[in-house]
Amino acid sequence: MSEGAGIEKNTPGGGAQAAALAAVTEEEPAGKRRDIGLKRRYRAEKRFRFYGIAAIIFGLFFLVSLLWSIFAHGFGAFWQTTITLPVVLEAQVIDPDNRLAAEPQSVSDPHFLAMIDYPLLLRRALAQKLGVAADNRAAMREIGQLISPSARGQMRRFLGANPRTIGTVQTIRFLASANVDAAFKGQINFSLPQDKRRISDRQRQWITLLGKEGLLHKSFNTGLFTLAASANAESSGLAVALIGSFYIMLIVLVLALPIGVVTAIYLEEYAGKNSFTDMIEVNINNLAAVPSIVFGILGLSVFINFFGLPRSASLVGGLVLSLMTLPTIIIAARVALQAVPSSIRAAALGLGASRTQTVFHHVLPLAAPGILTGTIIGLARALGETAPLLLIGMVAFIANYPVSPLDPATALPVQIYMWAGEAERSFVERSSAAIIVLLAFLTLMNVTAVFLRRRFEKRQ
Amino acid sequence: MSALGVAYIIILFGLAGFFACRAQARQLEQRGQKMHSRPLYYGWWAFFVTSAPALLFLLIWTMSSNLYLERRAFSHLAAQNTAAMPAASAMAGRAENSGAAPAQSAGSGLEKAVLSDLVKNLPALGGNIADYAQASYASVREKLLTVKNIALVENGRDYMLPLAVKWLETRRILQKTGGAAAIILAALAFAGSFYYVRPAFRARNKVEQLVTSTLFLASLLAIATTIGIVLSMLFQTVHFFESVSPRAFFFGTVWDPRFSTAAGEAGATGRFGLVPLLAGTLYIALVAMIVAVPIGLFAAIYMAEYASPGLRSVIKPLLEILAGIPTIVYGFFALMTVGPFLRDISAALAGGQSFIQAQSVLTAGLVMGIMLIPFVSSLSDDIITAVPRALRDGSYGLGATQSETVKKVVLPAALPGIVAALLLAASRAIGETMIVVLAAGVAANISFNPFAPMTTITVKIVNQLTGDLEFDSPQTLVAFALGMTLFVLTLLMNIFALYIVRKYREHYE
Repeated sequence: MSEGAGIEKNTPGGGAQAAALAAVTEEEPAGKRRDIGLKRRYRAEKRFRFYGIAAIIFGLFFLVSLLWSIFAHGFGAFWQTTITLPVVLEAQVIDPDNRLAAEPQSVSDPHFLAMIDYPLLLRRALAQKLGVAADNRAAMREIGQLISPSARGQMRRFLGANPRTIGTVQTIRFLASANVDAAFKGQINFSLPQDKRRISDRQRQWITLLGKEGLLHKSFNTGLFTLAASANAESSGLAVALIGSFYIMLIVLVLALPIGVVTAIYLEEYAGKNSFTDMIEVNINNLAAVPSIVFGILGLSVFINFFGLPRSASLVGGLVLSLMTLPTIIIAARVALQAVPSSIRAAALGLGASRTQTVFHHVLPLAAPGILTGTIIGLARALGETAPLLLIGMVAFIANYPVSPLDPATALPVQIYMWAGEAERSFVERSSAAIIVLLAFLTLMNVTAVFLRRRFEKRQ
Repeated sequence: MSALGVAYIIILFGLAGFFACRAQARQLEQRGQKMHSRPLYYGWWAFFVTSAPALLFLLIWTMSSNLYLERRAFSHLAAQNTAAMPAASAMAGRAENSGAAPAQSAGSGLEKAVLSDLVKNLPALGGNIADYAQASYASVREKLLTVKNIALVENGRDYMLPLAVKWLETRRILQKTGGAAAIILAALAFAGSFYYVRPAFRARNKVEQLVTSTLFLASLLAIATTIGIVLSMLFQTVHFFESVSPRAFFFGTVWDPRFSTAAGEAGATGRFGLVPLLAGTLYIALVAMIVAVPIGLFAAIYMAEYASPGLRSVIKPLLEILAGIPTIVYGFFALMTVGPFLRDISAALAGGQSFIQAQSVLTAGLVMGIMLIPFVSSLSDDIITAVPRALRDGSYGLGATQSETVKKVVLPAALPGIVAALLLAASRAIGETMIVVLAAGVAANISFNPFAPMTTITVKIVNQLTGDLEFDSPQTLVAFALGMTLFVLTLLMNIFALYIVRKYREHYE
């Protein structure tokens, strides 16, 4: 570094030395202010500053493009197209063998209800609305593709609940199929040739027609939050994943919070400075950096193989994520305990409190907000964790709501993974919507943590 | 009554002890006795004395009786098995006719599982369990399926039913006696706990000793977790190396586990070469670091040295949002946006034929790099701001510009810490799973083309451990060897990083 050469010197020998130096660096007349590469150095300074700004802009650009891509993909999924149709519940279709005349109670027989050709009823209802002849087989097949296959189960439940309606006309609201949904939201590029898109020209005309008649509705997609897994995008929802994630969070909270706090108290307030304490500390720091997938392997071989807990259960997921979150909570709780001024401890001990009384009556309440903040951040991390849950079998097609933590379930991030892997394009939208839901929960938790921290800081 | 119900009763006794002894202590105090501790401590001590021994007894009793039942039933099973071995192994659908010994061990393992399953599900039928002792397995299976919608495996044998019934009946008797004994124990301890309510008894010291040892035990869980991780992988890894030599694993260049072939078929073990997976892991991590290190480091320098406090308080949280986003979201972003974007842009550049595939080292590495930016930047930021003010002032005083000070003074001083931060970031890149699962591909090849897909250790762990698992085939076991490799690799990096941090931390303090 040549900063030293830039200092003006007034000693007699200095002038000659400076002149020599100036001659070496640049050819400029002596006596004038020497050029010591200031311009170059200022340019370097500017460049360096620019690199910093560019790096930050890059980082922010990535953040914005990530969020924008997710929201652009997934925003549409919060609305769902439905078709309202007057359906003629024709007795010949529902009961072709005339079984009901002989034994009317069989209408509640699930076997009987399962055998009915509901799609035929729906196709006929639509064909009537659209003015298509019922014997036009090709057209009827395309008509059938307009309504979600989940309408079948909906009709079965409807008939089971209202057996008297056979023979009448009922106006029922069905989910439109995923392709109709996409077309109605304007997501399909109709400039492509017909065989390269998911909706044919004829179907497009029908959709326009139904839209004009007011039979197609776009409404808020409650099914996204209340439905379980399904093979069709339009009738699949996040309910099982939300319940599973809720159980997991609950178990992590119940296990990791007390154990983490207790460990932190031991290390901060009780443990002597010896090699054993050192070992525990090193251990915790290392556990915090172990790849999450390794915890999945631990869960698989210890909780499932050794203790025989059921696969895919949210209990196992909760246990694994508890172990994973524990170091985070311990470290946060230790920081919070360290922040409690030692005068508090001294005062309590001086008034004759025992060490345990000091810790539990005075130190812990003061550290509680900090511990809570750390816990929420740990929970948020556990909520977004996917890899260990894949290994304990939570990646599964689950159509029933889990009643207890021992039932098979999925979790929110696992559901995103499963939908992202689906071949059908309509699941992309669902998957992005699930990410939005996940990010909303995470934002809520982090904002709570920040809010708590601010309040706590103010009070001090 | 189940063990859980008994545990509730015991805890109720404990609570009764708590309240009774606290009240007793209060009364003594009011009568003018000088008690050693506050009444609360007598209560807590009574709670502990009443419930802890009974709960411990219940736990040991339940565990040992389950073990005993299992042993007894399985020894009967083995006796049945040797008698009817040929038939049983044929029924089980096992095609081994090479040797009798492996057939028997495999068959009995399967039968143990069938019997355990039967015992687990038989009580669901309700009624008198003894009625099913003479029933046939097929009829019980049918009944469970239709009535309770529980599916048992098909190849159970009729002689399992008496065994299962006996198992269940003995279990009931054992549970009853054990539960009764535990409750009696709790009741006796409850009566005895009043003994401790006297002035000379140091209840507070006892309770505090108890609290301290609980705290100590809880802190051991961290060590237990580490031991659990190591043991859970070590056994299966050793098991894996019985069928595949360590040399073939660590130095093999071909990854071809061959899922489809039946387990036990000779010569169908597949090839489990670690090298292509390790190469993919390191290559993707390298790309990620090339993205994350300059961006993260420069962002940190700018925030620490140049930015005004106001700007810093906006940018720092914004960049840290990137750290809070779950990795599955990054994976989805790579799969849906970055991969197709790189593919299309390369197609546009090359005129038609795209030379970057949607799933590639570049896609995964780029997105992983984005994920690591806040990690690198916030760690480096902390380290740079920790460099003492005096060093900077000295440099400015000598006429250095700000960037010269950063380059020549601050960064060299912060270097050990920054190296440690980069090591931690690299270890995170190596252990990252979801991004590579979605964006890196599954083809295990060794190439230096960053535009082609490569696979990583974590992807293969997920591949081998999702779906049907067979814990006696190398196809499944190899995942544990891979996990062990990953664990050791990241552990070494972390320990090294922590070592550097510890060694250089006090340098300027």
